[in-house]
Amino acid sequence: MKILGVNEYNIDSCISIGIHVQSGKGDAWKDIIKIEDRELDGDTVDKIALIAPDATISIIRDYYVAEKYTVKLDDHVIGLARCSNPNCITNKGEPVSPEFTVVCRKPTQLRCRYCDRILVDISNNLL
Amino acid sequence: MDLYDKDVVSIRDFTKDQIEGILDLSEKMVPYALGDKTERTLDGKILGNLFFEPSTRTKLSFESAAYRLGCDVIDVSEMSMTSISKGETLADTIKMVDAYCDLIVLRHPYEGSARLAAKFSINPVINAGDGAGSHPTQTLLDLFTMREAKGTLDGLNIVLVGDLKYGRTVHSLAEALTMFGAKITLVAPESLQMPDDTVSLLEEKGCRPVKTAILEDVIDQADVLYITRIQRERFPDPAEYDKVAGTYRIDNAILREAKSDMIVMHPLPRVGEIAPEVDGTQHARYFKQAFNGVPVRMALLNAILGGELRWRTSTRSRRSRFLPSGTGPSSTTSNAARP
Repeated sequence: MKILGVNEYNIDSCISIGIHVQSGKGDAWKDIIKIEDRELDGDTVDKIALIAPDATISIIRDYYVAEKYTVKLDDHVIGLARCSNPNCITNKGEPVSPEFTVVCRKPTQLRCRYCDRILVDISNNLL
Repeated sequence: MDLYDKDVVSIRDFTKDQIEGILDLSEKMVPYALGDKTERTLDGKILGNLFFEPSTRTKLSFESAAYRLGCDVIDVSEMSMTSISKGETLADTIKMVDAYCDLIVLRHPYEGSARLAAKFSINPVINAGDGAGSHPTQTLLDLFTMREAKGTLDGLNIVLVGDLKYGRTVHSLAEALTMFGAKITLVAPESLQMPDDTVSLLEEKGCRPVKTAILEDVIDQADVLYITRIQRERFPDPAEYDKVAGTYRIDNAILREAKSDMIVMHPLPRVGEIAPEVDGTQHARYFKQAFNGVPVRMALLNAILGGELRWRTSTRSRRSRFLPSGTGPSSTTSNAARP
């Protein structure tokens, strides 16, 4: 919900959350967030890929699945999260966006392109 | 080894071949660094030496290296003397200094500052230490000192001792040593052990570092003992510093357990980690190591700025001033004078 930027003051549509829902594919389970009247932009999808690299986005128009795709994490992540190292130059008011290189995809591990540290706690450092 | 116009931000910017190329060139630079021969390959060039943190060896050896090659130096030694104290960003400072010189050498308290400087500078940038991050030129001179003493870097048994958490020199050095198949032992109290992400980098390169807190258990296996100062200035909490200060001290008693040709290195300054009585032993290499900063930085400056060496024949020779005569392979530095 933080990534989606949704709170009680800025949304008029219905939001549904399903936790531990049977997926219909064998014994698999999944969690679902369904948000009405909203299509996600690229940055939002990229942030979802950071914390849920296996997430699937379905866009439903007129009751039918118009688009369905799995999020994809690029090799380089720019401007989506801040470096968790407080002493990193990117946290010191310089005119640069934080940049990370993906060093591991499962679990997701990002290394800061400036200070070389591994980003700790991705979800709490999303911009 | 083509380093012309290249930034030097991290030791990871180098291949093994490039490192060996710099070390070979550094060897040739020794007589010039000693003043036995003169060369002005960088005549007309200007080095911008920006030191926003205290430094003695690194700053002076860069200056010495530049002057030995005929390069002029402009410098800043305190952040309070610059517009950064007025709120100017480092990015703007770098863009401005970039216009005044041909190469920037930067030491800065924040990690990643050299990478940022390289991004905003048109001219090349050399990282002279960014916070607790990298110090690649220290790594090169450390490797040079080891190779000079041991004849090779391949397969050495290196024991790193002291502040392995905040000590930036050991992070870069350990990474570089993995290129040469070194066996690395990390000796530190638990609170100062090497950070997990640095250890995982070493492991990615096939190194399996051994961790211990007890130096006496491993000193007898060491080819090189590299000890660092526990840096008071890096501790957020002074009480934490007091807990670990003075944990390790090298003296003649502990050196009795070491191999006779084991060398002791230290990036200096030392604050009690090495007893003065060690200075006169065959193990001591730390002052030679400090001198080696000059030929190694000469080699780097020359390679990056495209100096053309003519390798004049020697006019006079001077025995190394750092070693008693006949103590190990480094007393043969006259080989370095070969054209």
